[in-house]
Amino acid sequence: MSKQTQPAQAAISVSNLNKTYENGFKALDDVSLEVKSGEIFALLGPNGAGKTTLISTICGIVRPSNGSIKVNGFDNAKDYRKARQCVGLVPQELTTDAFETVWRAVNFSRGLFGKKPNDAYLEQLLKDLSLWDKRDSQIRRLSGGMKRRVLIAKALSHEPEVLFLDEPTAGVDVELRKSMWALVGKLRERGVTIVLTTHYIEEAEEMADRIGIISHGKVILTEDKTKLMKKLGKKELVLELQSPLKKLPKGMGKLDLRLEDDGNRIVYTYESAKEENGVASLLDSLRDEGIRCKDFNTRESSLEDIFVTLVKEK
Amino acid sequence: MNIRGIASIYKFEMARMRRTLGQSLISPVISTVLYFIVFGSAIGSRISDIDGVNYGAFIVPGLMMLTMLSQSTGNASFGIYFPRFSGTIYEILSAPLSSLEIVLGYVGAAATKAMIIGIVVLATAGFFVPLEIQHPFIMMFFLVMTCITFSLLGFIIGIWADGFEKLQIIPLLVITPLTFLGGSFYSINMLPDFWQKVSLLNPVVYLVSGFRWSFYEHSDVSIMTSVTMIMVFMLVCLAIIGVIFKTGYRLKN
Ligand SMILES: Nc1ncnc2c1ncn2[C@@H]1O[C@H](COP(=O)(O)OP(=O)(O)OP(=O)(O)O)[C@@H](O)[C@H]1O
Ligand SMILES: [Mg+2]
Repeated sequence: MSKQTQPAQAAISVSNLNKTYENGFKALDDVSLEVKSGEIFALLGPNGAGKTTLISTICGIVRPSNGSIKVNGFDNAKDYRKARQCVGLVPQELTTDAFETVWRAVNFSRGLFGKKPNDAYLEQLLKDLSLWDKRDSQIRRLSGGMKRRVLIAKALSHEPEVLFLDEPTAGVDVELRKSMWALVGKLRERGVTIVLTTHYIEEAEEMADRIGIISHGKVILTEDKTKLMKKLGKKELVLELQSPLKKLPKGMGKLDLRLEDDGNRIVYTYESAKEENGVASLLDSLRDEGIRCKDFNTRESSLEDIFVTLVKEK
Repeated sequence: MNIRGIASIYKFEMARMRRTLGQSLISPVISTVLYFIVFGSAIGSRISDIDGVNYGAFIVPGLMMLTMLSQSTGNASFGIYFPRFSGTIYEILSAPLSSLEIVLGYVGAAATKAMIIGIVVLATAGFFVPLEIQHPFIMMFFLVMTCITFSLLGFIIGIWADGFEKLQIIPLLVITPLTFLGGSFYSINMLPDFWQKVSLLNPVVYLVSGFRWSFYEHSDVSIMTSVTMIMVFMLVCLAIIGVIFKTGYRLKN
């Protein structure tokens, strides 16, 4: 066993990781990342950003071009058995052994990781995932949502300390999404470290402690969720006016307002996450000033916008 | 050593084979019966004994080889190709298993099945001709070594293939012809001088010859040559697999 050089609390530590695929495409560009033990880390990024590549490399499915990866302090090349032992992976694609039953599939996964059979644990796991009734069904006879839960059960079958969820809620209905979030909460209580990828800020917001943003193979930033949400969670309220304004009335100067389109439009920027976001007082002052609007809408900065701003900031 | 991991793969593969046990057993049994009707009875009755061995009995070891070679390569190549094709290989690759352990699981299962089918063919043959096995231990040695070696070859094919056609092509274009021309149904000595020499380039000749020797002490090449050759084939296959895992060829991006 190699001596642990990382601080004990680092569940995953990636340094200067690069991956260039055979066709010459550089999917990971000098990625360095730490995930603390017991935290929920959301990896946020648009399609093709390199999220799956990063996860697959940590799990030993993709070979890194260079750089180092440690899981619980174990190098994933030199100490691969110990490193992989700690890790469970739920892949993005629904890849299952169609003809196996659920029960056999989870037992198979547990065995692969060298764990002694433990029927009681697996029974509880399937019950937690509402799959116990389906334990003797062939996987091909399950719905897509159930298949995804089977993949989660397989990933958890060997009691991993670190769980990777690659887009756990892609193509999943609201109810299952909620139950997925609940499951993540439960796992966190048990002290499981979770890394999940998503396209949706709301999802990261709902589940994660910390968020990493990845774009074009680069980790642009990692930040506590609360801090990041302050930065990113801006909304704009756009009011189309009945008649144009020359300038904003003095009484409305306290709010973050601007005039657009030759005074035909007022745009108000605010933090959506705040209780007291000022929309009410804006509406009050509109009435007080006798400003009438014919239409209004709100817009959020999309993930793409945020990436663009973040990349520019760098 | 992750013994439970190996056992999981082995059991998984055996379960897959059990699901298709009917097909797996019926077709070799039927073809064995057909061979005996055509070669054993119809044609064989007009062929004189070869070195004192009745023709029907003479072809038994070759028939077993024919079946075992195609079963080993077929099972092993499909066994590893399918998870690559379906994507479930991710789980094997992310598990704490060494490459040797992965090979032991897949190749072990494919070889086991091929041995079972080989023995079923032998038993089927027993209905048509009196069986005698003079050197049962050597016979088992060849049976086991052949099944393992050709399962290793199948494993290599399953990793090399990037489509179902390629999976079929090597068995069809290489293994079947080599087995037919490898003295399964005749003695190499019956060929003209030139073709006898050419035949010695065919690796299957050594297998069939050694295997047949264990039955009837009749062989085309010396038994030691056969033993050496089968070990050489196995080492070559192991070396290729070693390179595959070392480079991640077609397994890892
Ligand atoms: N095997 C491969 N060979 C070559 N390029 C690849 C390979 N796999 C992925 N890529 C490329 O690497 C980039 C990153 O892909 P990756 O799957 O990691 O993205 P992602 O962030 O997971 O995207 P998504 O949100 O769509 O799942 C993409 O441009 C993709 O085309
Ligand atoms: Mg992805």
